[in-house]
Amino acid sequence: MAKRQKKQLSSVEIRSFGPGANLFFNIFLAIFAVSCIFPFLFIIVISFTRESDLVQYGYQLWPKHWSFGAYQYLQSFSGQFLQSLGVTIFITVVGTCLNTLFSATYGYAISRKDFTYRRFFTVFALISLLFTPGMVPTYLVVTRMLHLSDNIWALILPGAFGVYNVLIMRTFYLTQVPDSIVESARIDGASELLIFRKIVIPLAIPGIATISLFSALGFWNDWFNGMLYITSDSKVPLQYLLVRIQSNIDILAKSAQQSSTIGAAVAAIPSEGTRMAMVVLSTLPIALTYPFFQKYFVRGMTIGGVKE
Amino acid sequence: MAGQLTPMTSAPVHPQAKHHKNTLWWRLFKNRTYFLFCLPGVVFMILFFYIPVLANVVAFKDFSYSEGGFIAGLLQSPWVGFNNFKFFFESADFWIVTRNTIGYNMVFLLLNFFFAIFFAIIMSQLRNRRLLRGYQTLMLFPYFLSWAVLQYFVYAFLNPDKGIVNQMIHALAGGKGIDFYNNPAPWPFIILFLGVWKGIGYNSILYFATAMGIDPTLYEASMIDGASKWQQIKNVTIPHIVPVATLMLILNIGGIFRSDIGLFYVVPRMSGPLINVTQTFDTYIYRALTTTNDIGMSTAAGLVQSVVGAALILTCNAIVRKVEPKSALF
Repeated sequence: MAKRQKKQLSSVEIRSFGPGANLFFNIFLAIFAVSCIFPFLFIIVISFTRESDLVQYGYQLWPKHWSFGAYQYLQSFSGQFLQSLGVTIFITVVGTCLNTLFSATYGYAISRKDFTYRRFFTVFALISLLFTPGMVPTYLVVTRMLHLSDNIWALILPGAFGVYNVLIMRTFYLTQVPDSIVESARIDGASELLIFRKIVIPLAIPGIATISLFSALGFWNDWFNGMLYITSDSKVPLQYLLVRIQSNIDILAKSAQQSSTIGAAVAAIPSEGTRMAMVVLSTLPIALTYPFFQKYFVRGMTIGGVKE
Repeated sequence: MAGQLTPMTSAPVHPQAKHHKNTLWWRLFKNRTYFLFCLPGVVFMILFFYIPVLANVVAFKDFSYSEGGFIAGLLQSPWVGFNNFKFFFESADFWIVTRNTIGYNMVFLLLNFFFAIFFAIIMSQLRNRRLLRGYQTLMLFPYFLSWAVLQYFVYAFLNPDKGIVNQMIHALAGGKGIDFYNNPAPWPFIILFLGVWKGIGYNSILYFATAMGIDPTLYEASMIDGASKWQQIKNVTIPHIVPVATLMLILNIGGIFRSDIGLFYVVPRMSGPLINVTQTFDTYIYRALTTTNDIGMSTAAGLVQSVVGAALILTCNAIVRKVEPKSALF
């Protein structure tokens, strides 16, 4: 044990920079790392700046007057905000469950050596990594064939299965679930479903955590399907709401020069600080949780690319 | 990998089963649970991959919706050969779209490779593990955010009146500053910077893991031979990273006709004056679909994108397989 520890220490010693270079690159990385978090902190500061200050001085790193006004004002806009938050939570929860279940079972089937049609089903799914059907044909199928225009399932079903997730799970089963355990359970007379539920799933929990996190992130962050398929306010997900507010402002700014009868429309747009408050609130769940889940993402990134 | 697993033949076969063993029905019956496991995925793939792929025939048709449903509309619409493609290739947009998409992606490919490997190598050489983890966590943050959110971050800097960049220009040089959302000149740099910045934490993970997996005795041996730090990186670290980088190159080369619609459409706030430097295949297709509703031509543009992408992956893979079979994807 002691010997091993010594070896690890010396391996750091051997691999690492000398003290000078180490200090230099530490400073370099620290600056870059701060640049990654700085804009978010800046947005938080803006959301706590008094509205009149924003008009007068612009965005400031340290405002003259702090204020909760933006968050209080959010209450008057909260009908839409809470509705969109609800939509996002719903699609994230339902979508993640479906994606994880479907990808995990598919991945299990194509990982099993005794599945006669394993190769066929592997190629059947993986071919989509080579060729993509394109935005317009997918749009036509979703809206014209499945009739999901302005339907919340248009935000869920296109993400209900993931070929990358299947790949991650397949690799996971191949490396983490010993064949002998499955075999012995089968000899004991356990049915395939029981084996999957009671033996394979518990062993594959880290893999399942990885793909469900990938999938949850995808649903939470999705604005494009909303932009493509959703028209009524009650079904707009949070991320698309952010896009829509921004583009409404731009449209109004352009038409403001031409007409003066847009008072009502302006009232529907939240103020500058309130918009930033919405950005903060929709980012916060990710910002607060991802450091704890980071290792699963990292694992997913390094596990997926194992060849057969 | 196959060698590590117990071969199936060790499983006892029921005597009665033995003599049915080779019939098709027996094989289907034996695999029934696996079929069940595959079923949802198969339905998904048919609905969201195979049917849309077939629906690409729209590119060769003068498509119109039909009362009889989508499939009927597809069948009844008249064939127009390559007219949609011709229309797309001859339009003024084609040149701009192709130039932007390929241009940005070539530079992205280069910069992403360079910075991901550069960051991975320096991170693998740091002495303090705890600091390293801190950097990694912070660097991953932008990767987890959508462009819908990031556009507001960008706006806090680039807002022509209130943004921090113009405040700085104003304080340092005086004058009015830059009207960012109406001035195309800085956008190629903004877009490249944002794309690389967002992805660095994520892109460097794989190379970092590779660099950390290198046998330390190799470094030790090179040190005894009197290699400098730079020589160690050049002769030990980089050769280990090259096979992984090759695999990633094959995977990414197919995306050279693709672009992130969030970065090119939402971040520049769909601004008209910027269209010459922000219009790519995807934004063009989206705009054609939603504003002019030109289904045939937008499908044709998308099909060009997919076919070229697939051809590039296959070509690149074939070349790699010839030169260095271990690095090939399939």
